[in-house]
Amino acid sequence: MKAFAALFAAVDQTTRTKVKVQALAEYFRTAPDDDKLWTIALFSHRRPRRLITTTILREWAAEQAGIPLWLFEECYPIVGDLAETISLVLPPPTQTSDHSLTHWITYIKALSKEDDTARKTGILAAWDQLEPLERFLFTKLLTGGFRVGVSQKLMTRALAQATDIDEAELTHRLMGDWTPDTTSYHSLIEAPDPTAALSRPYPFYLAYSLEDTATLDPPSDWNAERKWDGIRGQLILRAAEHHLWSRGEELITDRFPELAQLKDFLPDGTVIDGEVLAFANEAPLPFAQLQKRIGRKTVPKKLLTEAPVILMAYDLLEDRGEDIRALPFADRRARLADLIAPLPDTLPLRLSASVPFKTTQDLARERDISRDLGAEGLMLKNIHSPYLAGRKKGDWWKWKVDPLTIDAVMIYAQSGSGRRANLFTDFTFAVHDGDALVPFTKAYSGLTDAEFREITAWVKKNTLQRFGPVRQVTPHHVFEIAFEGIQASPRHKSGVALRFPRMLRWRKDKPTSEANTLADLKEMLAQYG
Amino acid sequence: MDVLTFTDRGIYCPAGDFYIDPWKPVENALITHGHSDHSRWGMQRYLCSDIAAPVIKHRLGDISIDTMPYAESRQIGGAKVSFHPAGHVPGSAQIRVEVAGQVWVASGDYKTTPDGLSTAFEPVKCHAFITESTFGLPVFTWTDPETLSSQINTWWADNAAAGRISLLGAYALGKAQRLMKMLDTSIGPIFTHGAIENTNAVLRAQGINLPPTTQVTAGFDRKAHPNALVIATPSAMAGTWARKFGPDHSNAFASGWMALRGVRRRRAADRGFIVSDHADWQGLNDAIAATGAEKVFVTHGYTSQFTKYLREQGYDAHVVSTEYEGESMDQTEEAAP
Repeated sequence: MKAFAALFAAVDQTTRTKVKVQALAEYFRTAPDDDKLWTIALFSHRRPRRLITTTILREWAAEQAGIPLWLFEECYPIVGDLAETISLVLPPPTQTSDHSLTHWITYIKALSKEDDTARKTGILAAWDQLEPLERFLFTKLLTGGFRVGVSQKLMTRALAQATDIDEAELTHRLMGDWTPDTTSYHSLIEAPDPTAALSRPYPFYLAYSLEDTATLDPPSDWNAERKWDGIRGQLILRAAEHHLWSRGEELITDRFPELAQLKDFLPDGTVIDGEVLAFANEAPLPFAQLQKRIGRKTVPKKLLTEAPVILMAYDLLEDRGEDIRALPFADRRARLADLIAPLPDTLPLRLSASVPFKTTQDLARERDISRDLGAEGLMLKNIHSPYLAGRKKGDWWKWKVDPLTIDAVMIYAQSGSGRRANLFTDFTFAVHDGDALVPFTKAYSGLTDAEFREITAWVKKNTLQRFGPVRQVTPHHVFEIAFEGIQASPRHKSGVALRFPRMLRWRKDKPTSEANTLADLKEMLAQYG
Repeated sequence: MDVLTFTDRGIYCPAGDFYIDPWKPVENALITHGHSDHSRWGMQRYLCSDIAAPVIKHRLGDISIDTMPYAESRQIGGAKVSFHPAGHVPGSAQIRVEVAGQVWVASGDYKTTPDGLSTAFEPVKCHAFITESTFGLPVFTWTDPETLSSQINTWWADNAAAGRISLLGAYALGKAQRLMKMLDTSIGPIFTHGAIENTNAVLRAQGINLPPTTQVTAGFDRKAHPNALVIATPSAMAGTWARKFGPDHSNAFASGWMALRGVRRRRAADRGFIVSDHADWQGLNDAIAATGAEKVFVTHGYTSQFTKYLREQGYDAHVVSTEYEGESMDQTEEAAP
C-alpha cells in the first residue's frame, strides 16, 4: 500500500499531466504484477464490490474518533468525501504495517464473508495500522467510487510508456468485462488471448463540438447524419452470442432483449456502433420513454410494447470477423448499408440516414429542424476518416442545435462534493405561477469558479431556512437556464422534466419579476415535448 | 453584570467604556493583533501589546496608539485590563478583563502550538472565554512542525534540483515569517512579494530575527535564480505577477484549509502545506479546557457546530455573531497590506 499511496500522492500533488503520467509509468515499471493489475482496474472504474454500508462505516469511524455521530455528519459535507472525512477524524494509528495493495483488497474481500462483528474488528484493525493517506485509500476501496484525478486515458498512456505497447491497442485490451479475478496482468496486457475476449468492445470514437463551419471544406468530403438522442452503444455478434455495450463500458445486453434476434440475421463477427433509441412508426420516441428502460435489468412485457427500442446504426467496426476500423468512413458505411439493406424492416435495426447537402448553409438549415425530428443536431464525419479511439479532433464533429432557454429564480442551494465541497453549486430554480414560485429544475453547472464563490458568499448571507444540507434562500437572483428537451412529468410539481439543464448565464440585470412563468414552460412543453 | 457585551460595533466593556477589536469607529479600541479584520481604521484611540504596535502603526498610518507589555495590568474605568500571548502572530494578545472579581478573556485569533516567531500561547484562567472557531471541526489536525519543515524544504530542494522556482503562498503577517524561519537557506535564496517584504522590514526593525530575503522587483531575472523560493500573498499568486517565475514554476499554498483535498484541488496548486496560525480542533478544545471557564462565546468559524459540541461537553456555550473572518478559504484578497 505504501507504493500505491506514494503513486497516489505523486499524482494528486500536481496539476501537470506530464508529471502524473511519469509517476504512473514509473509505478507500472516497478510494481508487482498483481498490484499493477489492480491499479489498472481501479483507474478503469473496476472496483471491488462494496461490502459495508456507508452508514455503518460512519458510525464506526465516529465511535473510533470519540466524537458524536452528528458531528461526523457535519464534517462530511465540508470535506466533501466520505473516505477522506473518515481518515481525517480517526486518531493516529498505533500500529504499523507494510502490505501490498493486493493484500488489502484481498483482506476486504475476505471480510465480505464474515459477520458484522468480524467486519468491524477487521476494519478497525486496518485503520489502526495504516498511515493517513493509506487509510484514505483503503477506505476509498471500501466505499467505492475510486475517482482520483487520473482518467483512464492518462493511465493507459502511462501503461503504454511503461510497456512499449501502442496506446490505442492497449485501450482496446483494457475494454470489456474483465476483472482482476478473471484475468492476470500477463494475459490482459502482455499476451492477450484473442478468444478469451469474445465480448470485448472496441474503444468508442467520440466527436468534439464543431467550432467553425469552415472546417467542413470541401463539403463533398463530409457525410452528415442526425445526432440521435438515445444511448450510444456497440452491438457485438461473435460466436453466435450477442453483447451490447454502452459508451460507459457497461454491458447492457439484457436491458434490450429485442436486439437478440439480430444475431439470426447478421453474419457472425459483426460489430456495429450505433444509438439505442425508443422508436415507433419510423420515428424516435422522446428520451423519457427510453429512460424508463435504462434503470431496469429485466424488462416487463408491457414496457417492451410501450417503449420498443431499435439500434440506429452509425458505423461498422468489424465485418465478418475482420477489424475494419482503419478503412475510410465511406467504405465502412457502404458495407454497413449492404448489411442492413436486405433485412426486413420488422427487425429493430436501422441505418442512420445521410442528410443530403451541398453547402454549409444547407447544413445550417438542416440543423435548425433537428428538434422537430427528435434529434439533437447533426453529426459530421469526414468520409476518408478511420474509426479512431477516444475523443479526437478533426474528423468527426457534432453540431448540436442551440439549447432551449428560460429565465428562472433561484430558490434553494446545496453545496457540492469533492472539489466543490464548501461551495454552493447545486441549485433549485423556480418559475412564477401567479404569486407563487414553482420549482421546476435543478442545475449544477455552467458558472465559473469565481461566480460560484460569489453566489456562495451570497447564499451564506441570505439563507431563510435550512433543511439538512439544503438552504432555502431569498428569491432574488435570476439565471438563464439552458436545456436540451422538455417532457411532461407527473412526478414533478411543475409537471415538466428537463433534459440536461444547466446555468447558461447569471442574469444580474434582471429582477425576479422578469423571470419566466409556468405558463411559458407549459407552452414550451406543448411545442417541443 | 456581564464584563463584556456583544454589540453591532464590536465586543464592548461597559465598566471600562472600551471596545475590543471593533469593526466600526469608536473612541477606545483595544486590539488583539494587526490582521485587518481585528485591527480596523477609524478608532480615536488604540491600545495593543507593545510587540503588536509597529505592524498596526505601519498598516493604519497616523493613529493615536498606546501599548502595554504582556501580563502588565492597567485600570480602565471599572475594569482591570491585561494582555497575554495568543501565539497567533507577533504581539497577538488575549485580552483579560476583570470587573468586580469576574474575569473574561477575549482571545481574538490564537493557536496553542509554538511557531518559533510569536510569543507562545499562555492559558489564562477566566470565568468566560471568547474563542474563535475557524477550524472548529475534528477534521482539522495540523502537521507537526518538524514534518512540516521537512515537507516544505524537500519540495523546495526538488524544485531547485530541477531548475524550477518555488512559489509559496502565505499571509503577509505571521504566516510568511513563520515559514521563512523553517526554511533551509542552504537550498537557495528567499525572495518575497512587496507586501511581505514591507512587513518583514517592520518586524526586523523591532528586533525580530528573520532570515535574509530579497523583494521581487520588476527586473527580477528568473534565469539567475532557478533555485529560489518566493513567498507571496495568495492574491499576488492569483494574478499576472506570478508569470515572472516562468511557466515551469511550482506553486504551493500554506494554509489550514489545505487539510481538505477538495479545497487543495480547487486552488489548483501543486502542493498544499497544512499549517495555520489558528488552533486546530484539539488546540481549541485544549485551550478552552485550560481556561477553566464555564461560559464560552464562540465567534467566527464553525460557530454553530462547535458551540453545540461544547454544550454537550458541559459548557455554557453561545454563538456570537461578529465580523471577524479568520483564515479565508477561497478569497484570494488578503487583509490590506
